[in-house]
Amino acid sequence: MSIGLEHYLILSVILFSIGLYGALSKRNAIIILMSIEIMLNAVNIAMVAFSRYIVPELLTGQLFAIFIMVVAAAEAAVGLAIIITIYRNRETIDATEINLMKW
Amino acid sequence: MDFAFWLIFLLPIFSFIIISVFIRPFVRPESKVAGYITITALIGSLALSIWALTEVLAAPHHVVPVESIRWLVVGDLTINIGMTMDSLTAVMLIVVTVVSLMVQIYSQGYMKGDPGYHRYYAWMSLFTASMLGLVLANNLLQMFVFWEMVGLCSYLLIGFWFHRPTAANAAKKAFIVTRIGDFGFLAAILVLFFNTGTFDIGELHGLAVAGTLAGATLTWAAIGIFSGAMGKSAQFPLHVWLPDAMEGPTPVSALIHAATMVAAGVFLVARTFPLFAHSTEALTTVAVIGGVTAIFAASMGLVMTDIKRVLAYSTISQLGYMMLGLGAGGVAIGIFHLFNHAFFKALLFLGAGSVNHATGTFDMRQMGGLRKIMPWTYATFLIASLSIAGIWPLAGFWSKDEILISSWESQPILFYLAMITVFMTAFYMFRVIFMTFGGEYRGGGPEAHGHPHESPPVMVMPMVVLAVLAVVSGLWNVTGQFGAFMGNEAHSFGFFGILTQPLPWISLILAGLGILLAYAIYSAKWLSAERIGRMFSPLYTLFFRKYWLDELYENVIVGKVLLGGFFAGLQLFDSKGVDGVVNGLASVPAVGGRAIRRAQTGQLQLYGLVMGIGLVVIILCVYFLG
Repeated sequence: MSIGLEHYLILSVILFSIGLYGALSKRNAIIILMSIEIMLNAVNIAMVAFSRYIVPELLTGQLFAIFIMVVAAAEAAVGLAIIITIYRNRETIDATEINLMKW
Repeated sequence: MDFAFWLIFLLPIFSFIIISVFIRPFVRPESKVAGYITITALIGSLALSIWALTEVLAAPHHVVPVESIRWLVVGDLTINIGMTMDSLTAVMLIVVTVVSLMVQIYSQGYMKGDPGYHRYYAWMSLFTASMLGLVLANNLLQMFVFWEMVGLCSYLLIGFWFHRPTAANAAKKAFIVTRIGDFGFLAAILVLFFNTGTFDIGELHGLAVAGTLAGATLTWAAIGIFSGAMGKSAQFPLHVWLPDAMEGPTPVSALIHAATMVAAGVFLVARTFPLFAHSTEALTTVAVIGGVTAIFAASMGLVMTDIKRVLAYSTISQLGYMMLGLGAGGVAIGIFHLFNHAFFKALLFLGAGSVNHATGTFDMRQMGGLRKIMPWTYATFLIASLSIAGIWPLAGFWSKDEILISSWESQPILFYLAMITVFMTAFYMFRVIFMTFGGEYRGGGPEAHGHPHESPPVMVMPMVVLAVLAVVSGLWNVTGQFGAFMGNEAHSFGFFGILTQPLPWISLILAGLGILLAYAIYSAKWLSAERIGRMFSPLYTLFFRKYWLDELYENVIVGKVLLGGFFAGLQLFDSKGVDGVVNGLASVPAVGGRAIRRAQTGQLQLYGLVMGIGLVVIILCVYFLG
């Protein structure tokens, strides 16, 4: 059995689902952030796989993956900074407690 | 030559522009220069009109062809500015310019020292110019423009003393009531245009004669045009504005009543007469409305105590005669009466103005005995009264008799009404004469300054000129020349020959009886006016309250139907319907927001969950359905 596009996509879906589950179900803001990183990387795998198997002569997908990594790094930095600020203010990073933005 | 024709209309327009742009802002109001400019312009117009009349008289078929100027082209539609120069126009030009010139000269005396002197002459110029433009127009659109300008000028001049609430109201009333008729006129123009594609009166006549334009379309168009004429010419039931229009300066009344405003309606019917001639219904409508208006207005004239109001009702009554003449006899007969009436009615109003100048009132009960004090006014007023009463051989006799004869031949019932009106006319005119000029002076009005005196020559001179015309203008048709000029077969019995006919004798006897009755009541006092008034008290009240038509219009139609019904309905629709839609639309987001804002929990992960589910739903939809 050779490794094909489907395997990469299934890996990507599994990772994305794990990330989505974590982002929606965990209370700890840091874990939510980590879950988001997992989802982003799942997307990266899918991108690179598509690029490699469907249009090997173009590098668009791989370039996008690099862009996403850059954005993810920036996002992680900003996200962690926000979480630290919230913790300083409210002494919690429980996402269910952070609910000031409601009606 | 065309330009000279145009100049008839342009001279008063120039006068209006010069007065309003240069004279009024820069010249002090005591200066009489505005009057001189207007009079000069009108002398020019009059001279050109007389020349135009000779041209028309000499021209084959009495029509001088005039080139039209292309005004605007929209697609297939070309609208020209043109001019009709035929016998009807030529006669009207003479009427308008002569009467207007006399009124302007008279106004030099009457309006002396009025703070609005320049404004007065500017508007009088515009008024005359509008009427001349109306008379000259050769298509309905152009005619409508001038028609409305005449209406506008009458509004401005009736409300000349706008600081008096009665004058301001009278001006509004005149404008609004005539607008009701104008609506019909405008509708008729549109009906004619959609059916024929032309505004040109000559072409419309051709289509009516050829039978292309016929049936219900023609009838409704003619009746629409006539409703415009009813408004302007104060025919029942749109006559209510005219008596109130007495609030304007008296020379304005003279102009409105003789030459401009009210003549416009009769002229309009005469101008579009071929349309009426091919619809029996329309022609009968004209005759019936005219005949009814004649007696209806005369009955109210019997009891008024304000000299100008008597004259106002007499005008309405005489306009009814003209309409009757048009409907029963034809253009020549109706216009001949207009022609004669213009001179003696202008004279009557100028006489009333002269009396007012002397006594400071229009109430005849405060006048009396002016015969010796104002001999010129008395003499000219008497001539005009005899003329309007239809006494042989004055002008009014000739045209009134034509109308009576033609209505005898076609509308016998209206003939009897017209005959009764002859009696009434003679009675109310001589009632005015005896109350104003006979007996002893009764003190005048509160504004009377000292003893009454004859008016200055500048006021007397135009009255004398008009008195001469009121005597001789009827002679034009003694042998039927006027009828031939108008292209109408008319009766002609000759100067003395007419006295061999029975009908003129009946009308002369009726007029004589009217004068005798007025003499018996108001001069010799054989009969007491009060006793007769009490004897016929229901009738007297009916006439004096003007058949309660003002009350009917103001309280019932305007108050109940319009304000209480129609406008209230509109208001309800506005507050419930229009506002309801807007408020309803605004409340949808408000109510909806209140309902679904619970969804905004502030729980970030819930948002994420909903977003994820939504995404899955979208993907599934696209996958299965797309």
